Amino acid sequence: MGSYIPSTAAERQEMLEAIGCKSIDELYAQVPAEMKVERLDIPEGKSELEVRRILEGIASKNTVFPSVFRGAGAYRHYIPSIVKSVTSKETFLTAYTPYQAEISQGVLQSIFEYQTMICALTGMDASNASVYDGASAAAEAVAMCRDRKRNTVLVSAAAHPMVLQTIETYCFGNGMEVKTVPMKNGFTDQEALGALLDDTVACFYLQQPNYYGRIESAADMGEAVHGCGGKFIMGVNPIAMAVLKTPGECGADIAVGEGQPLGLPLSFGGPYLGFMAAKSAMARKLPGRIVGETADHDGRRAYVLTLQAREQHIRREKASSNVCSNQALCAMTAAVYLAAMGAKGLRQAAEGCMAHARYAAERICSVPGFDMVYPGPYFHEFVTTCPVKPERLLEGLALRGILGGLPVESGILWCATEMNTRQEIDALEAAIREVC
Amino acid sequence: MELLFEKSRAGRGCDLLPPLDVPPAHLMEGTERRTPLRLPEMSEVDLSRHYSELERRSHGVNNGFYPLGSCTMKYNPRIHEETAALPGFAGVHPSQGADTVQGCLEALYLAEELLCEITGMDGMTFMPAAGAHGEFTALLMVKKYHLDRGDTQRTKIIVPDSAHGTNPASAAMCGFTVVNVPSNPQGGVDLEALKAAVGPDTAGLMLTNPNTLGLFDPNILEITQIVHDAGGLAYYDGANLNAVMGVARPGDMGFDLVHLNLHKTFSTPHGGGGPGSGPVGCKRFLMDFLPNYHVAEGEHGLEFDRPCKSIGSVKAFYGNFAVVVKALTYILTLGAEGITEAAQGAVLNANYMREMLRGTYDIAYGDGPCMHEFVLTLAGLKKEKGVSAMDVAKALLDHGIHPPTMYFPLIVEEALMAEPTETESRETLDRAVEVLKTIRAQADTDPERLHTAPHTTPIGRPDEVNAARHPVLRYLYPEERT
Amino acid sequence: MMNTPENLLYTKSHEWVLMEGDTARVGLTDHAQEALGDLVFVNLPEVGDTLTCGEALGDVESVKAVSDVYSPVSGTVKAVNEALLDAPEGINADPYGAWLVEVEGITDKEDLLDAAAYAALCAEEG
Repeated sequence: MGSYIPSTAAERQEMLEAIGCKSIDELYAQVPAEMKVERLDIPEGKSELEVRRILEGIASKNTVFPSVFRGAGAYRHYIPSIVKSVTSKETFLTAYTPYQAEISQGVLQSIFEYQTMICALTGMDASNASVYDGASAAAEAVAMCRDRKRNTVLVSAAAHPMVLQTIETYCFGNGMEVKTVPMKNGFTDQEALGALLDDTVACFYLQQPNYYGRIESAADMGEAVHGCGGKFIMGVNPIAMAVLKTPGECGADIAVGEGQPLGLPLSFGGPYLGFMAAKSAMARKLPGRIVGETADHDGRRAYVLTLQAREQHIRREKASSNVCSNQALCAMTAAVYLAAMGAKGLRQAAEGCMAHARYAAERICSVPGFDMVYPGPYFHEFVTTCPVKPERLLEGLALRGILGGLPVESGILWCATEMNTRQEIDALEAAIREVC
Repeated sequence: MELLFEKSRAGRGCDLLPPLDVPPAHLMEGTERRTPLRLPEMSEVDLSRHYSELERRSHGVNNGFYPLGSCTMKYNPRIHEETAALPGFAGVHPSQGADTVQGCLEALYLAEELLCEITGMDGMTFMPAAGAHGEFTALLMVKKYHLDRGDTQRTKIIVPDSAHGTNPASAAMCGFTVVNVPSNPQGGVDLEALKAAVGPDTAGLMLTNPNTLGLFDPNILEITQIVHDAGGLAYYDGANLNAVMGVARPGDMGFDLVHLNLHKTFSTPHGGGGPGSGPVGCKRFLMDFLPNYHVAEGEHGLEFDRPCKSIGSVKAFYGNFAVVVKALTYILTLGAEGITEAAQGAVLNANYMREMLRGTYDIAYGDGPCMHEFVLTLAGLKKEKGVSAMDVAKALLDHGIHPPTMYFPLIVEEALMAEPTETESRETLDRAVEVLKTIRAQADTDPERLHTAPHTTPIGRPDEVNAARHPVLRYLYPEERT
Repeated sequence: MMNTPENLLYTKSHEWVLMEGDTARVGLTDHAQEALGDLVFVNLPEVGDTLTCGEALGDVESVKAVSDVYSPVSGTVKAVNEALLDAPEGINADPYGAWLVEVEGITDKEDLLDAAAYAALCAEEG
């Protein structure tokens, strides 16, 4: 049956008789007659093969670019085969939240391992089991810093526009006041930050590397924020953490970020992964689920959802966040990715990103009219000028199977990862020359 | 069982990436990470075995009956995994131009059409990534709606005492004060209490129908009318839609906004706690307040629109797109009749299982029929034999059955809330009833065994007090321990 | 047999108060800690915070529940028992020794019960 119901009509009849009913309508007696649906105005059900064909047809209307030079919050990285193999295991796919610890040690242990790895990446003491994505993680981190006497949030204008928008939306809810620290030369303006710091500031959010790919002087800004008594939140790229100074080393109180680069496909924006980690002092303020280690009553090591009294199902309106379902399977994806890559592999991926980005920048800027908008260090994204209308360039590149950089106000935001080969980058240069 | 970090051995690893084909790049001095990054070093075979072992120590819908009340643990069709992973979906960058993603936009547009018809709404956003996220989104819309009309006094959200914890928590996140209204003896909203609670400060009401007791509130039209008369909006928590989809629509019950749980009602898999998807639907007069990136028909095909009074964004990009594809696959498979049959099947299975248990266990609000879930109360059993809901739940684990939801809703003492769903066969239900009867008999003959259950699972009851008092939230290498 | 020291006063919400002139020490009673079960965390106000009698001054968490602690007096927080932040089990072990807050500058108080009245209240609640 297309509704996945095992019972046949005859069996259903027997069951109705067993409970003393003549028809299913009797069970819906409480539903007012005037609101009963006659028939939903949607198409008839279909067989699996038909449905597959419909979805394949819809998917074929999308363009999948063989060559991707765009990042801006979603990145194409290599996904090791073990990742998909593990995360498609039926039990992991279909299990519920591990509230019953005795039969969920597998899921709980995998989350504990994920939490450990996020702490290792970010240099923090405790991580939660995930939230929806990097942007909502940033917004939740801001909410963690709320204090009766401090209601102002400072955010760097060099953060991803969607992260900024999300923080603003969450603050429309919780009443915190958002002030943007402007940019200067593609960096957060440290002087402007200094001018905004006072004893009403709850926290400052900085993205590293920033939206334009630049590497910020995070530690300095962190110090300044602490100087006024505020908290320092860093939103980081997890691949970059293999080589860049960690939030822990920069003095951050909370580290968040978008975990999509850790084994998750681009998938038109979701599901992605919001990771959140904090120093011990703030660990109890982390929203959502957290797994802890304990023992069972026979002394066997055991994992369990812990610190639940922070959460919505217990605190209700006194909970600091309403997070219930998270991105569990995506967190497991990240864990498998990190375990398969190891520190060495992650470093290799990061170095691949940096090297290919450098090479791409060189090649692109060798074309007349293309210059780096912000000279100086970057991780794997950079902005160049563009001598023609960006749409025209991108259309031309698209015809050649290349997804070019993202048009931004100051030019084009390019990205290269370990996936972009030398040939691809050379082809990009050739294509740009042809188009321009 | 060892952790990855304990199985790790220096020098091991997988060979996944090629050597650099371009000159290396170096970071500026002072920007490099100093603390060495410590991740497991493992070969693929050991990694594979590790996760196979973890799988054996977990329990999914594929392993057995999972009657978790309020969670709708129905079967997760395999076809979903394939459609969501089609390269034409999985390989698409979210920032591609609209002309290159007409398929993705069509998937969202179609899902919106179908779900609006099912819920009786006019517009829908797929941005929220979970039910709670959807609640938050909808309440922000409620907040903005009132402020936009110059009505700044509406600071209260009314919530029944049987509500899921996310409801009041979401209200608090939007700056609202929560007003709890009690349930009447029949388990529905106490109308007099509701009338007393509404006023010019009412922003809205959050309700699920059927409620968390598994009962359809026959006064639903009056309830939403009371709220509307007071100038508030009515919001439907769609967690229990599986009982009534294709039979009754929240839009026809007087609700102005709804959220859905695609990972419950629409069979997308739970993934161990996520990812889910919590789309929010609304009536026409609220569509201007929907979050960014609403799909609309443009000059050159489908495109993303920014509603003119949008609340903004609750996350980056457009939502858990792959999850929406799975739900779309499901709705196309079921079709009009299938949707209705699923709801009817869920209600039949719940009533059947409840009747088979009557006499063995006390049923809360057991007088009329229930909807897709029912609540047992073990308060009597606890008093008589000292056997609690926890004990019965843990005993079920030894029989390979995931227990019903424990201790929820809060208004029933020693509650066990069971939701069999429509995708279970009669034999599965009969077997579960047999097992529950066996456990009940054990309460007479050997209650101690129940207090110490489970006995056959990889671990026994964990020490949760210690876990909370002395939190150990990550693995500490031997040299890190004090 | 519930422990109800004679020298203390009590609230209907199961807090105890030790009045010493203009200051008060507040904690949870034996009845309270018994009902709450093993406590795992305590959320206390900060020194200098203003308390209003009848309103929550903080809360205590067990594994599966959280309970508000109500202030029997209005005043300013003089001290909080920091030791409880690391070892909330102290409340279970010694409820009358494990004070939560000390309040000074008392301007108002709830109707407080003496030991006998409180013991009677507990017996009634069952």
